[in-house]
Amino acid sequence: MVPDGRLPDDRGGGCLMRVDLLSDDVEGLDEALAAVDGFDEALVGGLLRPRPAQAGGLAGIADAVAGTPLASRVAEAADKTASGAGDEGHFVALAAARTALLGSAHDALIARVAEALDRPGVVDACDVSVPGDEHAANLLVAARSWLCDLARAGWQGIDHELVGGAAPVVSAMLPDPALRRPATLLDGFAAELAACCPGATLEQVPVRRWADLWARALLLTLPGAASAPATGEVTGRLLPLGADVQEHATAVQAQVHAVFEPADGGTPRLVRASVSAPKPDTVVGAGLWQLLRPHMSLLAAVSEERSMDLDAMPVTAEGDLLWDDARARAGEPADAFVTARVALPTAAPFDVSPLDRHPARIAVPVLVEGYGVTDGADGVVLEVAGGRLGVDAGRVPAAGPLTPEVVASSTACLGLLRWDGGQFLLQPLAVERTVRKRTVAVHAGAWAGGTTDKAGVRAEKAATDAVTVLRERAGKLLRK
Amino acid sequence: MGDGALSVWEKSSTARVVPAARPRKLAKVPFVELADGRLQGVVSSGSDIGRVYVSSVAAGSYAYACSTNNNRPCGGARGSFCNHIRALVGEAVLQYGAERVGRYLKVEAGDGEPDAHSLTSAMTSTRPGSDDTSAAAQVFSRFLRHLAYLELPATTDPLPEMQWFPTAGFPTTGAVAA
Repeated sequence: MVPDGRLPDDRGGGCLMRVDLLSDDVEGLDEALAAVDGFDEALVGGLLRPRPAQAGGLAGIADAVAGTPLASRVAEAADKTASGAGDEGHFVALAAARTALLGSAHDALIARVAEALDRPGVVDACDVSVPGDEHAANLLVAARSWLCDLARAGWQGIDHELVGGAAPVVSAMLPDPALRRPATLLDGFAAELAACCPGATLEQVPVRRWADLWARALLLTLPGAASAPATGEVTGRLLPLGADVQEHATAVQAQVHAVFEPADGGTPRLVRASVSAPKPDTVVGAGLWQLLRPHMSLLAAVSEERSMDLDAMPVTAEGDLLWDDARARAGEPADAFVTARVALPTAAPFDVSPLDRHPARIAVPVLVEGYGVTDGADGVVLEVAGGRLGVDAGRVPAAGPLTPEVVASSTACLGLLRWDGGQFLLQPLAVERTVRKRTVAVHAGAWAGGTTDKAGVRAEKAATDAVTVLRERAGKLLRK
Repeated sequence: MGDGALSVWEKSSTARVVPAARPRKLAKVPFVELADGRLQGVVSSGSDIGRVYVSSVAAGSYAYACSTNNNRPCGGARGSFCNHIRALVGEAVLQYGAERVGRYLKVEAGDGEPDAHSLTSAMTSTRPGSDDTSAAAQVFSRFLRHLAYLELPATTDPLPEMQWFPTAGFPTTGAVAA
């Protein structure tokens, strides 16, 4: 490791990523996505009595997987569904075909990123197969039945009664930790559908998005699909890169991306640590950090720009640390940009499980330097030698000091490379900018563990008051 | 639909559909929602800390209802909106923005930027009747369900599905929900 942050070679601190490769065509991608679009458009009108155009979309997805082990099941499912006789098993087969196609799109995109970054590849394959058990089978059956009713109605056929059918399933699932994944997904999905009812008057449908959520939810109802157990324990030093926040009205998750250096001197690895919680929709902004903070000491380490020392921390086959505060203690100060310049280029990623191979799941930590910035109608764009890279500023949490303006005046950006809507985008985790001839870092997750920033303190106070009122009300009304 | 190529928004896995709620103080109106064709919510009593009112206004007709959680009618809600309903409209505007509230309730607020006052005036000027099909019990149970989210434990098991729900940190365009 080079302590002062200089690069271990003479590449001069420029952009180490071949941005030009990111905008080149990826072979086969358009064809795979066209088959997905055809199926997704069939879901807009619903599968109760498919019209010829919808039948074409169904046949298209069957053709696209004709050379795979799914071929005969999907062909039968497409055929039966096109004639209006599709059952749950057929819908599951179609969702599986769609998931496989997006899996291949994911793999092609990841291969392109690896080429652009010239980083080590996956060192061990993720081949965990979890035996399905009968845990809460009736709830999963109820969820599947609701999802199949949705598919028959189509997005244009949704109404409050149909969408409301998810509520009892979600309420029954949420308290069970083993069902948190399907519960959280169904909850967010149903709330979004409810806000768009009746579907008949929708001017625009988020076609890919709702088909994604539907297919994923349907596959999660299969026994064992949502299980991602620990496959080992790791001991060594964890160097945080930054924090990513995800939320819908009634759930929040923070994920810290980091480089893990094993104590035994093995290959450094790219890992994540996550913490999530259900929430009332009025808990937002700094309230999200307050909800999560007590459950993962790593959030404080992100704010304090420290490493953490891990002792036998459980890890999944996908590189997710199953965080336990008892197995981590605060380490030395660690500058995320030093980590990005020195440790990140040698860190090997973990493999991705079959269900998680989807373009929306791509989040590759990268460092971009030596760029010019344009801030126009299509948002902030980094102009790098040989190409342009759009900045997805909408993913930066509101409760933090990093704003689009700060990104626009930056000289280095540490972020997550993502892919959506047909292009690669950079989600900033932190930037470096020059203030009075000094380099200053600004982190999206700076307030994760708490803050003394004036605006931050105000936001924290407001959030504390909101939760206090709700807890007081809950104390009075829930336990009567 | 189906008669041309999909737009970038239609092909986005993380298209923003519902704008995130804006932060607001909850002491006076702990719960507000646009649901079931109504603006509905729970309003704290000004005099009794243990009492709450369940208030609602229907979209289109502006038919209103206000009663305690024990189903005693609100004395103020005779002939027109009571102060609880006015407070409900005000807090809904803070949480969702006046435009979204106006659109949901189907209020023609006249010229200029709508605000809580103009929305309320536009509704009361139509002399709406009271809503006899009061769904107070249902609204109250939705409020309790909402509060119950605070009691559910956090987890450090990853939720990969949340990748589809990026934070709505900074204003984004493309949201379609009313």
